[in-house]
Amino acid sequence: MKSRKAELLVGVFVLLAIAAGLMLALKVANQTMSGKGETYVLKAKFDNIGGLKVRSAVKVGGVTVGRVDSITLSSNDFTPIVSMSIAKKYDKFPETSSVSILTSGLLGEQYIGLQPGFSMDGIKDLADGDFVEDTKSALVLEDLIGQFLFSKK
Amino acid sequence: MLDWIAGIGAANIAKVRSFGRATLMLFGAVIAKPQLVKNVPLTIKQIYVVGVQSLLIIVVSGLFIGMVMALQGYTILVGYGAEGSLGPMVALSLLRELGPVVTALLFAGRAGSALTAEIGLMKATEQLSSLEMMAIDPLRRIIAPRLWAGMISMPMLTLIFSAVGILGGHLVGVDWLGVDSGSYWSIMQSTVEWNKDVMNGIIKSLVFAFVIVWIATYKGYDSVPTSEGISKATTQTVVLSSLAVLGLDFVLTALMFGIE
Amino acid sequence: MENLIEIDNLSFSRSGRTIYDNISMRIPKGKTTAIMGPSGIGKTTMLRLMGGQLLPDSGDIKFKGESIPNMRRTRLFEVRRQMSMLFQSGALFTDMSVFDNIAFPLREHTKLSEDTIATIVKLKLQAVGLRGAAQLMPCELSGGMARRAALARAIALDPELIMYDEPFAGQDPISMGVLVKLIKALNDALQLTSVVVTHDVTEVLTIADYIYILADQKVIGSGTPEEIKNSDSPLVQQFLQGLADGPVPFHYPAGDLQTALLGASC
Repeated sequence: MKSRKAELLVGVFVLLAIAAGLMLALKVANQTMSGKGETYVLKAKFDNIGGLKVRSAVKVGGVTVGRVDSITLSSNDFTPIVSMSIAKKYDKFPETSSVSILTSGLLGEQYIGLQPGFSMDGIKDLADGDFVEDTKSALVLEDLIGQFLFSKK
Repeated sequence: MLDWIAGIGAANIAKVRSFGRATLMLFGAVIAKPQLVKNVPLTIKQIYVVGVQSLLIIVVSGLFIGMVMALQGYTILVGYGAEGSLGPMVALSLLRELGPVVTALLFAGRAGSALTAEIGLMKATEQLSSLEMMAIDPLRRIIAPRLWAGMISMPMLTLIFSAVGILGGHLVGVDWLGVDSGSYWSIMQSTVEWNKDVMNGIIKSLVFAFVIVWIATYKGYDSVPTSEGISKATTQTVVLSSLAVLGLDFVLTALMFGIE
Repeated sequence: MENLIEIDNLSFSRSGRTIYDNISMRIPKGKTTAIMGPSGIGKTTMLRLMGGQLLPDSGDIKFKGESIPNMRRTRLFEVRRQMSMLFQSGALFTDMSVFDNIAFPLREHTKLSEDTIATIVKLKLQAVGLRGAAQLMPCELSGGMARRAALARAIALDPELIMYDEPFAGQDPISMGVLVKLIKALNDALQLTSVVVTHDVTEVLTIADYIYILADQKVIGSGTPEEIKNSDSPLVQQFLQGLADGPVPFHYPAGDLQTALLGASC
């Protein structure tokens, strides 16, 4: 009888731990976005990615549609190539779309803002593995200050 | 003078020998023929003792630590207008450091000392001897279930501690100080990585669990079977395992997060 | 007569102190053998040596002709199932009831059904007169009852040899009488071989078939109770009659008192 109570409480303990694990997985670390088969890959070349990191968000008008998968350096022209995995349900971005690296708040995280372009006949949608041609690099604070001082003189 | 040097040598030899005995005990308990069928109920009972009974202190401490972190973090972050980053700050500190380390320290004080005292008293009251005379290996019967129970309980306690702490941070940060609930969670989600942050925390807690339970069972098993000996062994368990946890935490952190 | 245990030329020392020096003993099968001697000469150590928990420095201990110190661990565990030991404190497991304590060796070493185990446990408890106390926890038992419960546990697997470690120490006269009766009854009924380690002279003289008296690291006397009583060895007589001083000195070995108090005189 006493051991049955112990078994029950151990069961409750394990369930609690699983609940905590699930909460950490879904609510804190947000595992769902990295599920396979639901995403496709877009790539973009930037001059400077600033503080962008792997798993940074890709947003369209503030809505997260994907995440940064990997950041590599092109061996030809030494520019960074960012590949993003975008959720399958957002697969109608036209080729004329542009991406830029933005910052949330003054000191916040950097993320990629995707600006959908116009679509008309003759312009295809972006498909898996395509490069987004129109890119705008991150603002680097030092460059900005330099420009500011230079223009004052 | 010569005696003094000889004394240092003897003390070191004694330390090495005791480490050897501890390793032999570990091998005897874990490696040698695990009797799974018989050990499962025993292990469950020990999970109850070391895990379930530590739950309350873990939940309460986790809640308060999360709340304090939110309060402290808010006052600093608000100065930069970055109070939106409160979520990741609380979550990362809990998952990477405070969760595993504080749980381990509490566990060493709550469960480790109890283990040492229990095993020491079993030795003092001849229960271990009596098991041996009944042709039952006390390493397998007494030590092994406690080792396993500790190894299983600690990561679970750590997960619960971190989860409760993040909720506590939410309580203070969002419900009291008025940080936006959406940004608390979403910035946390975009910052925290499952493999890097959560899994590394779990790995840390597994290592800590192993060290604490090993020290605790060994100190009990090797204690001088008198009331003074047991009290000394219990103190040593808490001191040694706390130091070991803090030292190992540095090593593990350097390995996991140091080079990037 | 067949011997269950034969001890030959046994020497044992612990942390530099010699406990036994070249001792030989015989424990005959089916009899009660008592090992007596003053406190602190390591009578309990002798039982631990017989059980293989300690290893002798030299000499041999044979159980049914098999050397215990040279046994492999697995074989030693098999042999230990044929012996059991009643510890001075009883050594009941404090986290289980009396019933579970006695069922413990049965559950560990046999594959009997719970019903059969319950029957055996009840019979063993009946034998020591504690059937009514089956559901009590060890901490609720008096010292004498705890020792009887431990005795029931010791005979649970029907061993061939029982070693009693100071079974009478610290017992009131009634419990002592009960224990003496129990040991005698068990020996007669189950054809057990018993080894009793004790310093209670009168009780032992009534139950033992053969007695060894240990002192000064050696066997100083042996024989049947009659022979021991009529022994002319001054050591044996001092022990039997409980004289404070005699061949076993009252003082722990020390230097001259005058020197110790006044300092070394010139």
